[in-house]
Amino acid sequence: MSVLSRTDTSTVGRWWWTVDRWTIAALAILIGIGGVLTLAASPAVATRIGLTSLHFVLRQVVFLAPAVMIMFAVSLLSPRGIRRLACIVFLGALVLMAMTLIFGMEVKGARRWLSIAGLSLQPSEFVKPTFAVVAAWMFAEAKKTQGFPGRLLSIGLYGLVMGILLKQPDIGMAVVVTAVWFAQFFLAGLPIVLVAGLGVAALGGIAGAYVMFPHVAARIDKFRDPVGHENYQIDRAMEAFASGGLFGRGPGEGAVKSVLPDAHTDFIFAVAGEEYGLLLCLAIVSIFAFIVLRGFARLLEDNDLFVVLAGGGLLTQFGLQAVINIGVNLHLLPTKGMTLPFISYGGSSLLALALGMGMLLGLTRSRPQNGGRT
Amino acid sequence: MAWFRRKPQSKPCTPADMPGASPLVRMDGAAKSAIETGRNRIVVAGMLFAIVFVVLAGRLMEVTLLRGNDIAARGVVIAPPPEQVVLDRQSIVDRNGVLLATNLRTASLFAEPKKILNPDEAAARLVQELPDLSEAEVRAKLSTGKSFVWLKRNLTPRQHYAVNRLGIPGIGFQSEQRRVYPQGSLAAHVLGFTDVDGKGISGIEQFFDESLRDPARGAESLELTIDTRVQHAMRDELLRAVSDFNAIGAGGMVLDVETGEVIAMVSLPDFDPTNPGDAPKETRFNRVTLGVYEMGSTMKTLNTAMALDSGTVKLSNGYDASRPIQISRFTIRDDHPKNRWLSVPEIFMYSSNIGSAKMALDVGPAGQRAFMDKMGMLRRPVIELPEVGAPLVPRNWKNIETMTIAFGHGLSVTPLQLAVATSAVVNGGVLHPPTLVKRPADLPVPGVQVLSQQTSDIMRRLLHLVVEDGTGKKATVDGYLVGGKTGTSEKVGDRGGYNRKALFNTFIAAFPMNKPRYIVIGSIDEPKGTKATYGYATAGWNAAPAVGRIIARIAPMLGIQPVDEELPEIKQAMFVPIPGKPVPVEKKLAAY
Repeated sequence: MSVLSRTDTSTVGRWWWTVDRWTIAALAILIGIGGVLTLAASPAVATRIGLTSLHFVLRQVVFLAPAVMIMFAVSLLSPRGIRRLACIVFLGALVLMAMTLIFGMEVKGARRWLSIAGLSLQPSEFVKPTFAVVAAWMFAEAKKTQGFPGRLLSIGLYGLVMGILLKQPDIGMAVVVTAVWFAQFFLAGLPIVLVAGLGVAALGGIAGAYVMFPHVAARIDKFRDPVGHENYQIDRAMEAFASGGLFGRGPGEGAVKSVLPDAHTDFIFAVAGEEYGLLLCLAIVSIFAFIVLRGFARLLEDNDLFVVLAGGGLLTQFGLQAVINIGVNLHLLPTKGMTLPFISYGGSSLLALALGMGMLLGLTRSRPQNGGRT
Repeated sequence: MAWFRRKPQSKPCTPADMPGASPLVRMDGAAKSAIETGRNRIVVAGMLFAIVFVVLAGRLMEVTLLRGNDIAARGVVIAPPPEQVVLDRQSIVDRNGVLLATNLRTASLFAEPKKILNPDEAAARLVQELPDLSEAEVRAKLSTGKSFVWLKRNLTPRQHYAVNRLGIPGIGFQSEQRRVYPQGSLAAHVLGFTDVDGKGISGIEQFFDESLRDPARGAESLELTIDTRVQHAMRDELLRAVSDFNAIGAGGMVLDVETGEVIAMVSLPDFDPTNPGDAPKETRFNRVTLGVYEMGSTMKTLNTAMALDSGTVKLSNGYDASRPIQISRFTIRDDHPKNRWLSVPEIFMYSSNIGSAKMALDVGPAGQRAFMDKMGMLRRPVIELPEVGAPLVPRNWKNIETMTIAFGHGLSVTPLQLAVATSAVVNGGVLHPPTLVKRPADLPVPGVQVLSQQTSDIMRRLLHLVVEDGTGKKATVDGYLVGGKTGTSEKVGDRGGYNRKALFNTFIAAFPMNKPRYIVIGSIDEPKGTKATYGYATAGWNAAPAVGRIIARIAPMLGIQPVDEELPEIKQAMFVPIPGKPVPVEKKLAAY
């Protein structure tokens, strides 16, 4: 760890001594586990759908290098730089997301993807972290500058993002964006009465989705009454955990990956459970808990409201995504397509997560007096 | 969770604590209270997350450890989806569930010559493991530069392993299914066989091809009436007869007289249905169902039953057999002429052609034709096989035909037809259609009453008499009350006319004669006389002893209780009054 001297004042040197190296280590371990599990789960899926066995592995590796670079580069930025970057990316992704409604590829009944230069891109993945930062800025600015209509702007942007997401439709993403935005609003000092009110509204929103979107209704029905419906993926996942036990059946010995269509994405946690057992699964849960809780702890020491809100939003998003994915795998939540951060296969998701965690690392870097900016 | 416990107060950041801070970071009251609220609420959010992660960890332990035991106890294991669980074709089993035909998954070896690095080396190593391949041929195939060539179909698991272990790139295996017959050639003519694509092209395999391939039937098997043990005993004894008498073939079947079920059916020579191409084509000929023959004196059973049943003659009546019958350019004579009047039992016992012909004449051509039709002798028999021969029925059925048919000439039928008709003669007069497929126990047995019970009773005694004191003596099996009739007929030669040297010998038997359960018919095609038979080649010397040995072997398997034939009630049940002669009659009766 002493490659860089304490007195090194270069950009990288300063970064090294101010960034949260524990979180970086945890993220590195996650990426490592993700690589191993993608290698375990995806060849079975790839051969089943007629691709070469290493198809997904290679694509994931191709995305990994830029992802690490993005994370590093973004974490070099100052909070102000991060804010600017977030605004630009947010606006760009918003435009692309709007374009999906017109030019998007239809996959399983939803238009979420754009095909750019042979690679498919899901713009809403990039909206997710950048909107958290933009919304944090709005809330913070509202407190800081009297008369700045931050809350209204934030509500307006939220409405815009929601409108496009529901039009695609992408209910899962909408739920996450809503939860993150609501968490930020809460951190920004939303009166408790309104917290309760919005909580009710959120429940209403879920009820509305149940009524309006048949696929949402079907999934929730399946979850509530697994006997009455065919709950194939969940049954297989449960059997996978059970057959894995404490130590797992051993690398490559799992069977669930060859029967689950989403073994390399939404259900990679079940593959981990079957092949590597409870111990690895607990390790994965612990790493996510560590990153989220440590991030929150660092935010407690920060004096900048924007940093607290943006960091809180990014951590909530990261943690929520992990919790939802693991919860679905463990049959605690209805089936919802949600990737496990840094572990599931998925290019857009990986790049967007790298962007989000890069921004978090940049925001949580220790700064003298936690100040120095307006 | 030390990183979490740090309270905001532990590092208060009030302006008072930062006197030296630049004016730019001075916070006003609103901002300060906002950051305080934010910190407090972050603690709340963190606690919520902590609780959720603990719940996840708990649930994780539940599903991996607790439910794991449940599922292990129930024996449920997830298996990857097998590529093809359901076989492409149903299995066939015998009446006791013994496997007769099934599909096995095999590996077939192919090569992608484009990917072969060194064809010479690859060919040499392959041929080392698969010596039946020609190295030159394999090398030629591997050097073609094509993208796919078959090298060998249906490898054994051992070969599969050995070739796989060679690790030659560009060599692959295609999983295939192969029809195999674990009993080898045992029931070859019944089962038939399939072509390389698994399509049934003979026997049961062809007859039930569609239903055998019906995926809706799943794992159930087609149950036949065949009993592998009986089948084996019959095949074994017929093989012995073919070899002992230097015959060109043999055929035989065992028929349940109460149900029409075929318990065994053998035709020799036979073939291995797994590799039908290995044996000459003529081995596929089914002598029992496809071959039609003049059955000779075995037809006298039907002739006598016909005369008794129609009432033209009584058991105590008889005919003058002192002189041969001259009719147009033929002369009908007895082979062992008694040159006197013979009673009906004597005509049957001595197998008198003259007496039989006269008996038939009294019934007349129309009556005989109607009777033969009723007994199923004039139409192609119906059984679950595609290889079924149609009888050769005379176009003009006049007195001369009536007389020859009486002793088994002029009407060619399959041994199957004779067995079915004879079973009606002994079972109380009911003709049951023959079947090879096991009938569910709750279904009634189809049958038509074709003879009176009384006629059948007399015929049972007469058939027993033939074995006790007549031409069928060599078929005697102690305790099993065998009855039967011999038949030796000369086959029609290549240029027409009968060939004295080419015989088709049949013995048709039933047992036990006090209450018959089974018909056993055995035919030997072109047997030769041997030293042991003093040069005789007639049915009494070869077919009869073979059938006797078959009965001796199968009766215990079929659960027939032996009886003491000297018991008065058995003697009474088998008694046949022969006018003018005390029982028993002449001991020594030559063949027919």
